[in-house]
Amino acid sequence: MSLFELRDVSYRYPGAGRSALDGITLDVEAGSVFAMLGPNGSGKSTLLRVLLGELETSGGSVTFSGRPSDSWGRREIAMEVAFVPQAEPMAFPMNVRSLVEMGRYPHIGVLGRMGPEDRAAVDGAMERAGIMDLGGRSIRNLSGGERQRVRIARALAQEPKILVLDEPTAALDLHFEMETFELMRELTEEHSFTVVVATHNLNLAARYASRLLLLSKGRIEALGSPDDVITADTIGRVYRWPVLVTSPEGLGPGAGAPQVVPLSHGGSTSAG
Amino acid sequence: MTRHVLLLVGLIASFAFSVVVGLAVGAVDIPIGEVFDALLGSGDSRIRTIVVGLRLPRVLLAAEVGAGLAVSGAVFQALLRNPLAEPYVLGVSSGAAVGAVIAIVFGMTATSMFALPIAAFVGAVVAITLVLSMAAAAGRGLDTHVLLLAGVVIGAFFNAIILLLVNFADLETFRAAMLWIMGSFSGATSESVTTVAVWVLPALLALTLLARPLNLMSVGEQSAFHLGVDVRKLKLMLYVGTSLVVGVCVAGSGAIGFVGLVVPHALRLVGGSDHRWLLPACALTGGAFLVFADTIARTVVAPAELPVGVVTALAGVPVFLWLLIRYQEGT
Repeated sequence: MSLFELRDVSYRYPGAGRSALDGITLDVEAGSVFAMLGPNGSGKSTLLRVLLGELETSGGSVTFSGRPSDSWGRREIAMEVAFVPQAEPMAFPMNVRSLVEMGRYPHIGVLGRMGPEDRAAVDGAMERAGIMDLGGRSIRNLSGGERQRVRIARALAQEPKILVLDEPTAALDLHFEMETFELMRELTEEHSFTVVVATHNLNLAARYASRLLLLSKGRIEALGSPDDVITADTIGRVYRWPVLVTSPEGLGPGAGAPQVVPLSHGGSTSAG
Repeated sequence: MTRHVLLLVGLIASFAFSVVVGLAVGAVDIPIGEVFDALLGSGDSRIRTIVVGLRLPRVLLAAEVGAGLAVSGAVFQALLRNPLAEPYVLGVSSGAAVGAVIAIVFGMTATSMFALPIAAFVGAVVAITLVLSMAAAAGRGLDTHVLLLAGVVIGAFFNAIILLLVNFADLETFRAAMLWIMGSFSGATSESVTTVAVWVLPALLALTLLARPLNLMSVGEQSAFHLGVDVRKLKLMLYVGTSLVVGVCVAGSGAIGFVGLVVPHALRLVGGSDHRWLLPACALTGGAFLVFADTIARTVVAPAELPVGVVTALAGVPVFLWLLIRYQEGT
């Protein structure tokens, strides 16, 4: 079943010369990792924001679970879809547990009280994101990787079916990056989540996602399995840099997925 | 949670203490026993006139205005994710003061008892709209420094308008204009106490009930939106609520600065930034703070009187500078 259905969606920022998105038709299926790729400024973040109802389309339609996305109430949709931003402002000191508890807002609302099931959901989310021991710490004293896990825990505390992440590993080292992608795989395989992730990491996307979308200048350049999308020709053209595509063995889950190696200028451009 | 309840009990006690001090201290110092006698309607009638007739309206007005300004400051800080935001610094108080002065100069106050608070509310709305659109036009939306600059400039502009209006109309003296610019409770009456209470107390209650979504706003509008908050509606309610509170407070006492800065920050250090406790705590502490500040304002140079805004600025500016340096390092 398609969770998100986009039909000929376009979006133009107020006052912008060209459309940030143009003619996007797309289905996001349940139960898998769906990765959005593309160079800086290609429209990944805009597409996420349109998908999530944060921006109103300039043309075309977006439906979620068969209903137009603008017919969903904010709390109603927040119980289905959770979003993990790249970064967020921290105007005031706050401890980790209170931040994760914010994820219960769609369930308890403006005046409700945290019940036992809310506390259990918060515990479960913190456990799954691996931050049980950080509960009393101030968010300000955490590293970038730890903060990202706190935001993931908050999203999981919403008990959604779909997790949407915007460049979740942009500022993270290899350890946290791998941990984040492993968590996405675990959530889809073991807990039947659907994960939508915008990322710059072509290689991890190719290994962990079952479907890839490659955007370029607001249009769909390629859409399909990693083998369909990650080719030396397509990637080289979209990113304007020669690359080699190989399929190394022994990577664990996702073995055999195409992997991109950028070439130095003047290197050969044969595909492997 | 229990810690917050204990803190609130302590704050209620200190608020009560400030009221008693405010009633007892002044040109004539009155023993606390006689203050209570006067409140209960017994004792010396001369003392009863001083305590109930003169000082009580002033103390109550200071408490209401302090509560309103401190809560508004905390709401602005969360809404704008800017620790330095505050009605006076943002120019909102000055906008409200212009509205109030216009209402007085053009004789609108004679037509309806609601004219003054409504004019001040409109002034506050105009000011916050101007400041936010100026900051947005500068291209960086809610950038701390751009927003503060916009607020200071708009504030200076509105203060100039007040002086201009007062000059042309020639109705008020320079000192009366200073009352609107610096703030004073010397004009407090039981009517002004009632007018402020009727508008401000319900608005403060409504703002307090929105504490949980406000918590979510402090991690950014995008995150709040995806956590299930109808951001547009919430912002509208919060801006209207704070403009109403600030407008009515300024209509009652002029533009008093820095209460909304000093009080929320002191309380965050003690009890954290969860608005479910912070907003009621701000109401109590802001009230106590202004009652004390006004007691100082009317006694320290007796028999003359300082504008209470002088006292709050002397206390507030060092705090502002400390925060400016501290948050500069933090980012």
